[in-house]
Amino acid sequence: MGNLVVQGVNKAFAGLKALNNVNLNVQSGTVHAIIGPNGAGKSTLLNCFVGKLEPDTGTVMFEDQSLLNRQPHEINQLGVSRVFQTPEIFPDLGLLENVMIPAFAHRDGSFRLNWLPRIDNEAEIRERAEHMLEDVGLADNKADHAGALSRGDKRRLELAMCLVQEPRLLLLDEPTAGMSRADTNNTIDLLKRIGERGITKIVIEHDMHVVFSLAQKVSVMAQGTVIAEGSPEEIRGNPKVQEAYLGGAHL
Amino acid sequence: MDAIVLQVLNGLDKGSAYALIALGLTLIFGTLGVVNFAHGALFMLGAFCAVTLNTVLNISFSTIDPVKKDFLGNPLKVETPYIESWFGPELGAAIIDWSVPISILFAIPVMILIGLCMERGLIKHFYKRPHADQILVTFGLAIVLQEIVKYFYGANPIPTPAPAALSSSVDMGVFLGFDAGSIIYPYWRLIYFCFAAVIVGGVFAFLRYTTFGMVVRAGMADRETVGLLGIHIDRRFTIVFAIAACVAGLAGVMYTPINSPNYHMGMDFLVLSFVVVVVGGMGSLPGAVAAGFLLGVLESFASMGQVVDLLPGINQIIIYLVAIVILLTRPRGLMGRKGVMEE
Amino acid sequence: MFGLSKKDGTLFLVVIGMTLFAPILLNPFPEGSELAQFNAGYPDLMQRFVIFGIFAIGFNILFGLTGYLSFGHAAFLGVGSYAGVWMLKLLTMNVVPAIMVSVVVAGLFSALVGYISLRRSGIYFSILTLAFAQMSFALAYSVLTPITNGETGLQLALDDPRILGVSQVNGSIPPTNFFGFEMRDGFTLDIASWSFTFNVGYYLCAAIMLIAFYLSIRIFRSPFGIMLQAVKTNQQRLRFTGVNTRPYTLAAFIISGMYAGLAGGLMVAMDPLAGAERMQWTASGEVVLMTILGGAGTLIGPVLGAGVIKYFENIFSKINDNVLYNWFSFMPDALQDAFVFMIHPFIGKGWHLTLGIMFMLVIICLPGGVVEGGQRIAKLFRRKKSGPADSGAASLPNSTPAE
Repeated sequence: MGNLVVQGVNKAFAGLKALNNVNLNVQSGTVHAIIGPNGAGKSTLLNCFVGKLEPDTGTVMFEDQSLLNRQPHEINQLGVSRVFQTPEIFPDLGLLENVMIPAFAHRDGSFRLNWLPRIDNEAEIRERAEHMLEDVGLADNKADHAGALSRGDKRRLELAMCLVQEPRLLLLDEPTAGMSRADTNNTIDLLKRIGERGITKIVIEHDMHVVFSLAQKVSVMAQGTVIAEGSPEEIRGNPKVQEAYLGGAHL
Repeated sequence: MDAIVLQVLNGLDKGSAYALIALGLTLIFGTLGVVNFAHGALFMLGAFCAVTLNTVLNISFSTIDPVKKDFLGNPLKVETPYIESWFGPELGAAIIDWSVPISILFAIPVMILIGLCMERGLIKHFYKRPHADQILVTFGLAIVLQEIVKYFYGANPIPTPAPAALSSSVDMGVFLGFDAGSIIYPYWRLIYFCFAAVIVGGVFAFLRYTTFGMVVRAGMADRETVGLLGIHIDRRFTIVFAIAACVAGLAGVMYTPINSPNYHMGMDFLVLSFVVVVVGGMGSLPGAVAAGFLLGVLESFASMGQVVDLLPGINQIIIYLVAIVILLTRPRGLMGRKGVMEE
Repeated sequence: MFGLSKKDGTLFLVVIGMTLFAPILLNPFPEGSELAQFNAGYPDLMQRFVIFGIFAIGFNILFGLTGYLSFGHAAFLGVGSYAGVWMLKLLTMNVVPAIMVSVVVAGLFSALVGYISLRRSGIYFSILTLAFAQMSFALAYSVLTPITNGETGLQLALDDPRILGVSQVNGSIPPTNFFGFEMRDGFTLDIASWSFTFNVGYYLCAAIMLIAFYLSIRIFRSPFGIMLQAVKTNQQRLRFTGVNTRPYTLAAFIISGMYAGLAGGLMVAMDPLAGAERMQWTASGEVVLMTILGGAGTLIGPVLGAGVIKYFENIFSKINDNVLYNWFSFMPDALQDAFVFMIHPFIGKGWHLTLGIMFMLVIICLPGGVVEGGQRIAKLFRRKKSGPADSGAASLPNSTPAE
């Protein structure tokens, strides 16, 4: 459940190799961090999982199903949700509606001409959405327009939008980028809490503090390929990683 | 073969008008990010510059010719344009005869002024508004402009002839090595095409070889960055808008002998020019010009007798049909850039 | 109330009340008085209010909710009109089959156009819909003349088969009817110097408009409606949320196309002829104007916009110089002339100039349309009273609606 196997993925943009024979094995229920310098191909790799990009060669298997050649919504319906690097929410709608929409998508599938019931009467969905907003600590301002939220709150809202769908694989693209230390710690706590639900998570992160407090396994990417893999401790001591990542400085 | 050449030639004048209007539309869209539905009205205003000058030059005073009598036996009233009495009958008559080309000189400052007023007075407040708002406000402006023109000039087309020397036709058949008389082509259409080519060339050269043009092209590629470089981009945008207005106006001026201008000619051309811009690709100048000529020529081919016999009605829908096919096969038009005007 | 929330239910009740009493509400000035020309309570105009109201309500389901700006919706209205006239020619003068077939045909046509056009978004979508509408317009004028009767327009004839009805009655074409109630019938109520006309055709249109309005409220407040709003605010995110946006937008497009067909069907039910000019892009532009003027994305906005535009079109184009001289007759002659001279360009045939100016002013000053204006006024009042903050009036404008 929730395991992702990536084999031999290549992707080139106009001759430039963005991904070079990437192999990845994300075990079910674990938090797997992908780190690496800017331009290493982390986000490109993530885009290949959600249908935003198609790799040139290679396979991406999620629970024995290929994620390639599928529309973004199909991949989501398989149980893969993603938090984007810049928060992607529905800025013109209320917080509650922001969370109810993914809940509807989770219940009704990718399309349902569900125009008869009133949204106010969808008690079960509403309850779940309210509960989820509470979980991420946004319950108090649920009447606001989502566009008015601070960046950190938007990210938490987006997390709620993903979690309400009960995904089996959650992709997090720099969940703490641009956050203060306090906000970062809150987010770590939040992610740890949802870790208890057994969701497999892939986290792209620059902040080593986040990586080492969350991840059970770390893959290091540089120049489009995975150069090292192991537990956080192993990675910390790996000279190859220090070379690639910090130009030799100690982590 | 000569029939094909004839159709290509026939398509060129309309294609030229499409290309010039579409060029301005794309220029405005690419730099200012504004969808200008009033651009057809600028074309129409240009045409009415020519009409106005023609009317002004023809303002006459009457004198009574003591010698001649009209058919009722009364003394004949003779209308003499002031211009003839000032410059002498021959030069005066020549000036009136050449009023359309002379209108260019008159139209340039007028159109630039109109462009400046429009941009400063209205368009600049809409840079940050959604495209739908821009479309709607300029659409409203277009209605206002055309109704004003209708109020002053009436609803009927006003014939504005080309100079007598240029109103005949040229036998292109001889030039191109076909039978004499096989391709008869009016001089003025040839002139219109050459004129359009010069204007298009001028605009491209201006954008290519001047510092100003470089900034504008940079602005088209990435507006925010250019703004961050400390270049006062807004003032340049105003000038770009004035240039685009001027190009549309001149296209209108020169078009008057081909089709007598009326107040709704702008709307008629606008819809097609928009199709042209989109087919060429939003934000692409060469795309706009190429698509303009392409669609003009295609339209002319579709109106050939044989084609219409085969596919009745094709002449009226060919442009739209081509637009649909191109948009479905090439999402961003012929030469459009990614991310322009989407979502 | 009707399965609506309290707020929406109140709004719906108000709309019901206004449509039912429109013949009285819209005729506030006594017959024969100076101001009688501002009355709008005669059948022809009231029918136009509700018919264009339906058109705009439908357009709003597409544009107001999903943000897709179609410039070709008049084509669906035109197709609906043609289908309706054909039913009146072939089947019966009862309007029910005509209206139903109009809706179905327009729905099928919009499914085709929508399926193709919705492959693109933004201005590309607008141009595609425009291209389809202009093609339909051009073809209706030329090749399709056997079906559309070209420039003359499609009309009823004495020798039409009308297999379920009669071809002619006493040498004339029978009037359109609704199970025996003739559309042109009605009765006039005279109270003192007031005169109110209650017309069968109007009440049929009004009833259908109320149903259409009710359905649009239900769509707005349903999970389906919320998905459409999500398309407008962030389509990309919606895709990554597991929603296939294409069928949602297509459904909205078809629904709004069917509304347009319904409006077209009602038009021919009231006045059985159809012409190609109904499909021209200016006609598509008009419904965009109505929706924006009223307030896109609001429930009542499109109806108000349709009412305002149709009312002003009617009144402004009716006023002429004589009427103006009458108004200003209290002034000295010179001043009177000056005023008439100044106002003259804006009235009669110059109505489009007024429309253009009005339109620009709304977009510039009041992007949310009449509804937003009403809300601002309501807010102003509330602040003055500093009384109970009642959010129930949020979508119910405080202005006097034209319909």
